[in-house]
Amino acid sequence: MDVNIKKRRKIVSYIILSLFSLTTIYPMVWIFQNSLKTSNDVIKSSFSLPTSLFLDNFGKAMIRLNILRGYGNSLIISGVVVGAVIFFGALAAYALARHVFKGNKLVRTLVMGSLLIPVFATILPVFEMMSRLKLIDQHVGVILPQIAGNLPFTILVISSFMENIPKELEEAGVMEGCNIWHIFQKIIVPISKPAFATTAIFTFLWSYNDLFTSLIIMRTKAKMPINVLLTEISSQYGTDYGLMCAVIVLIIMPVLIFYLLAQRQIVEGMTAGAIKG
Amino acid sequence: MSFVKSFYKTDGFIESIFVGVDNYKRLIQDATIHIAFINTFKLMFYVCVFQVGFGIVLAILVDGIKRGSKFFRTVYFFPIVISATAIGMMFKLFYTYDGGLFNSIILMLNKWIPWLHLESTIWITTKSALRMIALPTVWQYIGFYFVIVLTAIKQIPRYLYESAYLDGINGFSKTIYITLPLIKNQIITCFILAITGTLKVFDMALVITEGGPLNQSQILGLYMYQKAFIDNRFGYGAAISVLIVVLGLSISLLVNKVFKKEDITY
Repeated sequence: MDVNIKKRRKIVSYIILSLFSLTTIYPMVWIFQNSLKTSNDVIKSSFSLPTSLFLDNFGKAMIRLNILRGYGNSLIISGVVVGAVIFFGALAAYALARHVFKGNKLVRTLVMGSLLIPVFATILPVFEMMSRLKLIDQHVGVILPQIAGNLPFTILVISSFMENIPKELEEAGVMEGCNIWHIFQKIIVPISKPAFATTAIFTFLWSYNDLFTSLIIMRTKAKMPINVLLTEISSQYGTDYGLMCAVIVLIIMPVLIFYLLAQRQIVEGMTAGAIKG
Repeated sequence: MSFVKSFYKTDGFIESIFVGVDNYKRLIQDATIHIAFINTFKLMFYVCVFQVGFGIVLAILVDGIKRGSKFFRTVYFFPIVISATAIGMMFKLFYTYDGGLFNSIILMLNKWIPWLHLESTIWITTKSALRMIALPTVWQYIGFYFVIVLTAIKQIPRYLYESAYLDGINGFSKTIYITLPLIKNQIITCFILAITGTLKVFDMALVITEGGPLNQSQILGLYMYQKAFIDNRFGYGAAISVLIVVLGLSISLLVNKVFKKEDITY
């Protein structure tokens, strides 16, 4: 092929690719620069860089709107959910992957099947159950459904990882006099760490980003996780553009930092999980 | 459970009366459900064409370059980790009449090229509302399909291309005759994920339009939420949720049947 055509084609590729990356980067920049302006300045010229470091919006968000408490609530909920999901997921996955018992196949099919059921189908009975248990407007009321919702994916990922651990390791353990619990603790868990990491990251992201469940269960502002707080704030202060930008920045910052740190694991884990599931 | 509930008329969900299939009768007659139903299919169409489509195009382009592919991968993927709530709120700010990003771009263009006579637009109207929800929904997940397709392309053995070059193939037909057929399975997976994912869209619609104006951007999930938790019509909400599940399962089955996966051996 003609070298010139090849070169031109490459340049066109780069232009298109860069244009699309501009659409993913610039919105964040726009939000960030406008979070440092007053609402009037945003209306006047939203492109201009902020002239002074106007931190009022962040202060307002922190103090008056209690974003920090929202963070706290989100962290409590997501933290407990991640811990519980990994714990129960690991136990269930170990049983499913390494032990032959009656109904093993049935349980597997059920776990697979529950991935297909959307949250809209389960939320009404869940809501009724929670109100019977008096868990409406309690963190536990959000935590329990989220654990249930994240378990199937976690079990699938962890158990498919555990299936590939060679049987000989366990046999050696038995020879050394380990019981099942010891084998699980000393052999299986340490080896499966990468699978735990992947599922923990996803469970955290999904739980932190969830709106639907928390919107339905949580009622008082003081207990709301950050996403629900955002919808509340926007219905009250929606016209204060600078403030809205600041709140959005505060919400996406932790996730963005988290993403940049665990970027490889997130991208690969998510796509691999999607193709399998 | 939801299924059983859907046979009751429940107000405030403590008292409930058995009403048989009344909720379903209402479902068939409800004009808003019709809009929501059609909107859901429109969204599926947008998602398949633009989300998966752009994902494939971008992946093919990245495959052709040497430098920077890692950068693009990182940058394209990151909207996905941000919550749909925050993205929705962001786009709502972009759509605002005074000072919104889109109108600001229009004003700037107007200054540079005055003869185009561009003017600020009201972005969310009864006509456009659904598209205004579709835009961020599609945009957010392009990177996801991009990564799936790119991974698939990278697995194609290079010698297939080399022998094609000897036969005098060029860039465009190379894509049509070699790359696309070989990643057919992954593209089908993308379509299935995109279609079933559409039924889960909720946050975006709630935050941007709340289904309005005049219910024109209503979608099934959001409508179910509003009926069950805002109007306190649990029975009717349950009927809608049954509809969503049935729709989801039948679409997945249909898509699986229509596009049977073939084994591809290199």
